[in-house]
Amino acid sequence: MRRRYPTQDHPLLRIGLTAVAVGVIGLFLLFPLATVFSEALSKGIAAAWEALKEPDARSAIRLTLLVAAIAVPLNAVFGIAASWAIAKFDFRGKQFLTTLIDLPFSISPVVSGLIYVLIFGLQGWFGDSLRDANIKIIFALPGIVLATVFVTFPFVARELIPLMTDQGRDEEEAATSLGASGWQTFLHVTLPNIKWGLLYGVLLCNARAMGEFGAVSVVSGHIRGLTNTMPLHVEVLYNDYQYVGAFTIASVLALLAIVTLVLKSLLEWRYADEIAATHRH
Amino acid sequence: MSLVVDSVAKCFERFPALNGVSLTVPQGAFLALVGPSGSGKTTLLRILGGLEFPDSGSVHFADLNWLEVPARQRRAGFVFQQYALFKHMTVEKNIAFGLTVRPRHERPARKEIVRRVEELLTLVQLEGLGKRYPNQLSGGQRQRVALARALAIEPRMLLLDEPFGALDAKVRKELRVWLRALHEKMGITTVFVTHDQDEAFALADLVAIMNAGRIEQYGTPADVRRSPKTPFVAEFLETGPQQNATVQPRALNGHS
Repeated sequence: MRRRYPTQDHPLLRIGLTAVAVGVIGLFLLFPLATVFSEALSKGIAAAWEALKEPDARSAIRLTLLVAAIAVPLNAVFGIAASWAIAKFDFRGKQFLTTLIDLPFSISPVVSGLIYVLIFGLQGWFGDSLRDANIKIIFALPGIVLATVFVTFPFVARELIPLMTDQGRDEEEAATSLGASGWQTFLHVTLPNIKWGLLYGVLLCNARAMGEFGAVSVVSGHIRGLTNTMPLHVEVLYNDYQYVGAFTIASVLALLAIVTLVLKSLLEWRYADEIAATHRH
Repeated sequence: MSLVVDSVAKCFERFPALNGVSLTVPQGAFLALVGPSGSGKTTLLRILGGLEFPDSGSVHFADLNWLEVPARQRRAGFVFQQYALFKHMTVEKNIAFGLTVRPRHERPARKEIVRRVEELLTLVQLEGLGKRYPNQLSGGQRQRVALARALAIEPRMLLLDEPFGALDAKVRKELRVWLRALHEKMGITTVFVTHDQDEAFALADLVAIMNAGRIEQYGTPADVRRSPKTPFVAEFLETGPQQNATVQPRALNGHS
């Protein structure tokens, strides 16, 4: 019998643990995912295609992509600004700001949505003045974007703060002493050092922005063909017993998520050397 | 054109880093700030570089109120302890950085920048390594890239923070000789921080021995060695080398 390495466990234990891990992943991740696709295709590919061509479904897909296209770049900019300030400068209230950034993670998305209804809704603080100015925020695109931005705010910042803190200020100080302006330092020194972290943050932020249900549900008003995003449309269809339609839209959402992950893995694989060079950990 | 530091004080969260430091450095001199860690020498260096600001006191250099000149306009070549090279740029790009970020009307032509980079690579004896990335270089080579990068901006003053701190004993000695020769050639006012009194006394025209945010003694190496003014200085001169041995793990590893 071959001798085991000191850190290697008994074969039976290894096989057992591996089986448990595979089982858990299969049962809780792969099986539900497969169910989504198989339900979508249960009446054949033509039925799923019809469900996709339905105007309300197309409108939901368009709206979701539009909201993500607005919310994600905004949060990328906010996230970079916040982490730059927190990691590279000392100021009073820094700890408070860090906690504030985590706030959207710690409060229920439904509450996040309600906040905006309370502020901008007809009965809300700015309700009258907004109505007089003929600006619609709640039950319209701006409200959905606001709720999404709020809920997905921490993703980029959370990814960048530890990375930028770890990288320290040396390179920025060096750039400054060599005569670079703040903007030049950011563009030529800070940004290249954080671009991978930024990319992960943006991908995660995007995945959540497209998938957000709770907060968006509160502010959207569920107007079919107008303010229903994909996750909301899935719910509407499901409650109408339109399973093929519901699961088809769900499949599109799942596919978007899978494409995101594949993209991330491809980039990691393609630029492995560069990532290793710029990350210290 | 001398550097005049007058009663500079600086606190970090109520911990005093500098406790009223004054000294005058003649133009073109090579000054070493020596002392144990926490004595305030790096803080003083960073104040000279504009990376830190004193709570009180003044600094004048070349007839300028130095504290009112922003860091990026001081043209103070700063060499950091961990080099702080731009990891994602080649050696050439690192060295050229200070020239390429200049406003358009002050920026040399591309050809001129290339020529200057070549010149500096030769000066720091790194010919042919311009296309490498910092992580493909040895510690001593990185150190020289950092120096070349600082020299590229034609600095009015050169500030070195423990420049040899992370190098092993042999490389240290070689670079020391080389740096002194370079200083003779360029004649730039240089301030140099070290905890190694051997290094300070071998290199510098003037040494300032610092302790707990004060200068214990300031003078030429010969004067300080001949007549230590305070018990601290006397003891520091005696125990210095042994202290060094404990803070150079890499040098020790070489022998084990």
